Amino acid sequence: MAINVNILAKIIRYQIHDISRSFWLFIYTLFFLLASYGLITFSSDAPKVLISLMNITLIIIPLVSIIFGTIYLYNNKDYIILMLSQPIKRSTLYFGLYLGLVIPLILSFLIGIIIPIVFSKIDLGEHFDVLIFLFIAGIFQTVIFVSIAFWISSVYENRMLGLGLSIFSWLSFSVLYDGFLLIMIHYFQDYPLEKILIGFSLFNPIDLARILLILKLDIAALMGYTGAVFQKFFNTNLGIIISILSLIIWTVVPLILGKRRFAKKDF
Amino acid sequence: MLQKSIRFFDVTSRWIKFFLIAIVCFLNSSEAKTIRVGANYKFQTIQSALSFAVNGDSILVSKGLYSEGTIIIDKSIALIGESLPVISGDNKYEIMKIVSDNVIVRGFEFRDAGINFIYENSAIKLDGVANCRIEKNVFFNNFFGIYLSRSVSCTITDNEITAFQTKETYSGNGIHLWQCGDMIIKRNKIKGHRDGIYFEFVKRSSIKDNLSENNLRYGLHFMFSDSCSYAHNYFTNNGAGVAVMFTKNVDMHSNHFKNNWGGSAYGLLLKDISDSRIYNNIFSKNSCAIYLEGCNRISTERNDFIENGWALRLMANSMDNVFTKNNFAGNTFDVTTNSTRNYNLFESNYWSEYKGYDLNKDGIGDVPYRPVKLFSFISEKIRPSLILIRSLFVDIINLAENIFPTLTPEGLIDRKPMMKKIQ
Repeated sequence: MAINVNILAKIIRYQIHDISRSFWLFIYTLFFLLASYGLITFSSDAPKVLISLMNITLIIIPLVSIIFGTIYLYNNKDYIILMLSQPIKRSTLYFGLYLGLVIPLILSFLIGIIIPIVFSKIDLGEHFDVLIFLFIAGIFQTVIFVSIAFWISSVYENRMLGLGLSIFSWLSFSVLYDGFLLIMIHYFQDYPLEKILIGFSLFNPIDLARILLILKLDIAALMGYTGAVFQKFFNTNLGIIISILSLIIWTVVPLILGKRRFAKKDF
Repeated sequence: MLQKSIRFFDVTSRWIKFFLIAIVCFLNSSEAKTIRVGANYKFQTIQSALSFAVNGDSILVSKGLYSEGTIIIDKSIALIGESLPVISGDNKYEIMKIVSDNVIVRGFEFRDAGINFIYENSAIKLDGVANCRIEKNVFFNNFFGIYLSRSVSCTITDNEITAFQTKETYSGNGIHLWQCGDMIIKRNKIKGHRDGIYFEFVKRSSIKDNLSENNLRYGLHFMFSDSCSYAHNYFTNNGAGVAVMFTKNVDMHSNHFKNNWGGSAYGLLLKDISDSRIYNNIFSKNSCAIYLEGCNRISTERNDFIENGWALRLMANSMDNVFTKNNFAGNTFDVTTNSTRNYNLFESNYWSEYKGYDLNKDGIGDVPYRPVKLFSFISEKIRPSLILIRSLFVDIINLAENIFPTLTPEGLIDRKPMMKKIQ
C-alpha cells in the first residue's frame, strides 16, 4: 500500500501540466470568472451575491466534476497502460491521476470566484465567513464528485454506460434525492421530522452543503421551527464535526472503492 | 363631521372653562402665578410647590435631581423643566401620576421607574384625565414610559423614551394607552421597551411621525382600536414587528416597516381587521412583510415590498381584500396562501419575478402572473419542506407548475401585471 511520494508528485505534476492546456478547463475558469463578475456588478447586496454563487457552486461544480472525471479516466486509458508497464504501483498512479485532476479543478474554481471579488468594491464584511464556507463547500463538491466519477469509470469499461451513470448520479444527488425528501416530508407531515431530516441531509453532499450555507445566511429565519432545530444542530461543534466527517466519508469511500477496482482491473 | 363637532365642542368647552377660571381669579383678586422650584428657591421639592399651587399655576423646575417617591398631580397646572431636570423613581416608585385635567408636563428627564407587576409602575401615568400634554421629555430606563388609561384628548409629542431590559417579562411598554379617545401621539422616539406603542380600546386617535425601534416585542401593538390612523412612522428592528388586531377602520399609510427579522417576526401582522386601508408604506427586509388572517375588505395600494422573506402571507379566512399598484421586488416568496381558492383581488402590481412580455407597449404585461409558486404553497402547508429552499429540484417543480397549474390557487392571479416599477 505504500505510496512512493516522489513518483506521486511526478505524476501529479505531469497531469497538472497536461490539464492546464485543456480547453475545457479554460472554459470552466472563464465561466466562474464571468458568472461571479456578473453577479457582483449587477447586485451590490452581499447576501444575494452569495446565494447566487452558492447556486452556481452547488449545481455546476458537481456536474462538471463528475462528467470531467469520468471522461478523463477513459481518455487517458493509453497513458495508464503505458504507465503500468513501468515499475509503478497502481495505487500511486490512481491517486496521482486523481490529485492531478482535482487540484486544477479546485484552482480554477477559486481563481474564478476570488478575482472578481478582490477587484470589486463589494462589502462582504460580516459575510466573510460565509464566503470561506462557500470555498470549502466548492472544494468538497469537486473532491467528492471526481472520486465518484473515478469509481464509476474504474468499474465500467463501456464509456457510454459510465457517462450515463455519472449524469444519472449527479441527477439523483441534486434533483431526485430532494424529490424523494419532499415526498417523505409530505407523507409523514404529522410527525416531527426535523431530526430525521438532519440525518437525511448527511447522506447527500449537495444537500448538506446547501443547508449549511443557508443556515449561515439569515434566510434560516423563514424556516421557523425547522430552521431553529437545524441551526441548533449545525452550529454546535458536534454538528460541524459530523458534517465535515460526512463530507470526508463521501470523498474517501468512493475513492477507495475505485482504487480497489483499478488495482485489479485487466486493461 | 362627527370628529369636527367634537373638536368644536372641545374648543368651546375649553373657552368656557377659561372664562370660569378667569372669573374665579378675578373674584379672588389673585392671578395665575409662576412658582419656582430648585436648590436656590423657597420650594426645593416639586411636591411642596404642588401643594402650594392652585389650578392654573405654572411650576418652573430648575436643573437638578429630584427624587421624591411618587409625585401626584391633582391640580390643573403646567409643570415645566428648565434645562432638563431629572426626576428619579429610584428603581422603586412610580414617578408621576396625573389625575387632573389640563396638565402640561414639559422638559424633564424621568429615570428609573421601578418594576412593579401589580401597579404597572410608569414614569408618567395619566388616569381618567382630559386635555393633558406631555411634551419634550426624556425617559430613561423606566418600566413603563407614558401610561394613559380612561383618558381623552391628550397629546404626547416629542418625547424620547429608552429602556434597557432584555427580557419581555421584565419590560413595560413605551407609550401605553388603554381605553382612551382622541389622542395624538406625535414625533416620539421609543427604544428598548416591550412594545413601543401599545393601543387597547382606543378610539379616533392618530399616531404620527414616531420612531419605534429595537423593542423587545412589537414596535406597535394595536388592538380593539377602531377608527385610528398611523402614518409616517418608522418601525425597525423590533422583535416581532407591528401587530394590528381585532379592529375596524384603520388607516395605515406612509410608514416604514424595516428589518423586523426572525422566526416569528412580522413587518405587519393583521388579525381580524376589516374595512381598513394600507397605502404608501415601505416594507423592506422583514421575514414576513404582511401576514393577513381573518381580514376583510382591506385595500392595499401603492406599497413597496422589497427583499422580504414573504411579502404577503394571505390566510384562507381573508376575503375581499384588494391589492393594487404595489411593487414586489426581490422577495424570497411574493405571496403564499394555504387554500386552493382565492376570494381576493390582485391587479396592476409590479412583480420583479414576472417574465412575461408586452407586445402592444401599454406597460401592462400580456400574460397574467401567478404570484403563488408551487413550492411556496407546499411550504406554507408543510413547513419542514422549507429545507429544500434553493434546491434545483424546487426550481424545476416551480417551472412545471407554472406551465400547468394544478395545485396552486388558480384564482390568485394578477391579470394586469405592470412591466415597470410603479413610482
